[in-house]
Amino acid sequence: MIKVKDIHFTYPTGAEALKGVSLTIRDGEFVAIMGSNGAGKTTLVKHFNGLLKPAKGEVFVDEVNTRNVSIASLARRVGFVFQNPDHQLFCETTQEEIAYALRNFGFEEETVKSRVTWALNLLDLTQYRQTSPFMLSGGERKRLALASVLAWDPKVVVLDEPTIGQDYEQKEKLRQFIVQLNAQGKTVITVTHDVEFVADCSPRVVLMAEGKIVADGDAKEILTNKELAFKASIVPPQITQIFLGLVDFKLPTDVIKVHEAGKILFDFLKEE
Amino acid sequence: MFEGFRFRRVSSPIHRLDPRVKFLYVLVIFGIAIAFLEVLPLILLFLIQIPFVLVASVQREWIRSLKGASFLATLIFVVNFAFGYFGGTYPSQMSPWEYPLAMSLRFLVLVESFSIFFLTTSPDHLSLALEQSHVPYEFCFAFTTAVRFVPVLAEEAQTIMDAQKARGLELERGSFIKRVRNYIPILIPLIVSAIRRSLELAEAMESRAWGATKKRTNLYVLKMKSSDYVLITVSICMLILGIYVRLCIPIPSLTTLLT
Repeated sequence: MIKVKDIHFTYPTGAEALKGVSLTIRDGEFVAIMGSNGAGKTTLVKHFNGLLKPAKGEVFVDEVNTRNVSIASLARRVGFVFQNPDHQLFCETTQEEIAYALRNFGFEEETVKSRVTWALNLLDLTQYRQTSPFMLSGGERKRLALASVLAWDPKVVVLDEPTIGQDYEQKEKLRQFIVQLNAQGKTVITVTHDVEFVADCSPRVVLMAEGKIVADGDAKEILTNKELAFKASIVPPQITQIFLGLVDFKLPTDVIKVHEAGKILFDFLKEE
Repeated sequence: MFEGFRFRRVSSPIHRLDPRVKFLYVLVIFGIAIAFLEVLPLILLFLIQIPFVLVASVQREWIRSLKGASFLATLIFVVNFAFGYFGGTYPSQMSPWEYPLAMSLRFLVLVESFSIFFLTTSPDHLSLALEQSHVPYEFCFAFTTAVRFVPVLAEEAQTIMDAQKARGLELERGSFIKRVRNYIPILIPLIVSAIRRSLELAEAMESRAWGATKKRTNLYVLKMKSSDYVLITVSICMLILGIYVRLCIPIPSLTTLLT
């Protein structure tokens, strides 16, 4: 469980990124943190594994105050996948890359081996075992970054902008994968701008604007609220926009998923 | 320490001076600082630059750059003192601490003057100054780009450090060799991304017709103003005075003055 109690954070440059944020994320939850650029999303999630410590307020991860423990010991529980895989890949081979964190955490060499195989298999990278990470394509590098974090089996996975720069197929694969992770009991926290992606996953949505949380609730409830969307400079999914436009036909306005929309329209046209 | 050299866009009489003239001034200070081994003139040299800092109102950044330099200055003092004390030679009328003190003061004077120069000169002006001193444009461009990308790279290094810490890297742990090795996971992504960035920059410039005309003209042209001539005169007078004092006036050491 992650408990954030009224935290404030200001960067050394003077930019006030968080202005009093409180939030509780229970075990096994799937949370999407959304909001415009500079709303403080990434700053907030960097508090979850202790990369940043709040200037005021407290962050507790499983009842442990993040001020009192090292980043490494928090990272064991909270895995963090950065936006740009190029910021972390450095080893000669893909398998070394995955083994790196495991060795840092002091796993036995036997365990390291089996975990590496498991993680490569999990993200469909087995054929690249001996390939240099720098030779992989963008999507593969992203998957490798994810594999290198999932390998140590953290309780919580934080994904910063997982869908950026991915084509539709990769995105869909990634979505299924993330949903599956969550179904297996992992807490998944993702920072994203991608409303379609969020609509398809329908997690709990935490909406941020100007360093504060402006809304917290079900994806359906938040993505279909025009005022909230405007406040946080996001646009409701295209499907929702259509239904918001068709309000005169007495159609529901809280539709966020494509297949759901198809069914409603089909029924509606049949009745007419 | 880098903060102490980073340009901030403010306006002051010092900021508006011609960068070439400011550079001449820095060179003169540099020359005089090298010429003297005695504490007194170096203290004087250190103090006469403070008005410049105040007029340019860059005190905070300037102090930060001196703070950054203080570690090296201390090191210079300690090393010189140790070598002088254990078997080295120093002028007999000086006490053993005077020569090391002069050496670290000399270093501080150099840092001080360069810091003033970089704090009050924008990269654009620097590039203009280089160009108008007939340095080929390719070199000017490379130079200013390098200066401009320092903060970008610093930010990237921070992100990479965060990313590796999130994978359990502990920079301050282990023996000395282990600690040096700890930086490999940071340096490799940083270098790779710097190379990648430079290739992208080259492509972006090429696609905007960089170097299409051999003869470039500038929107802004540096022109010497009366204040620039004043600084030139001051610099030259300082240089002449410095040379005169060096050659003709014996400078008493601090020890002789104090006893």
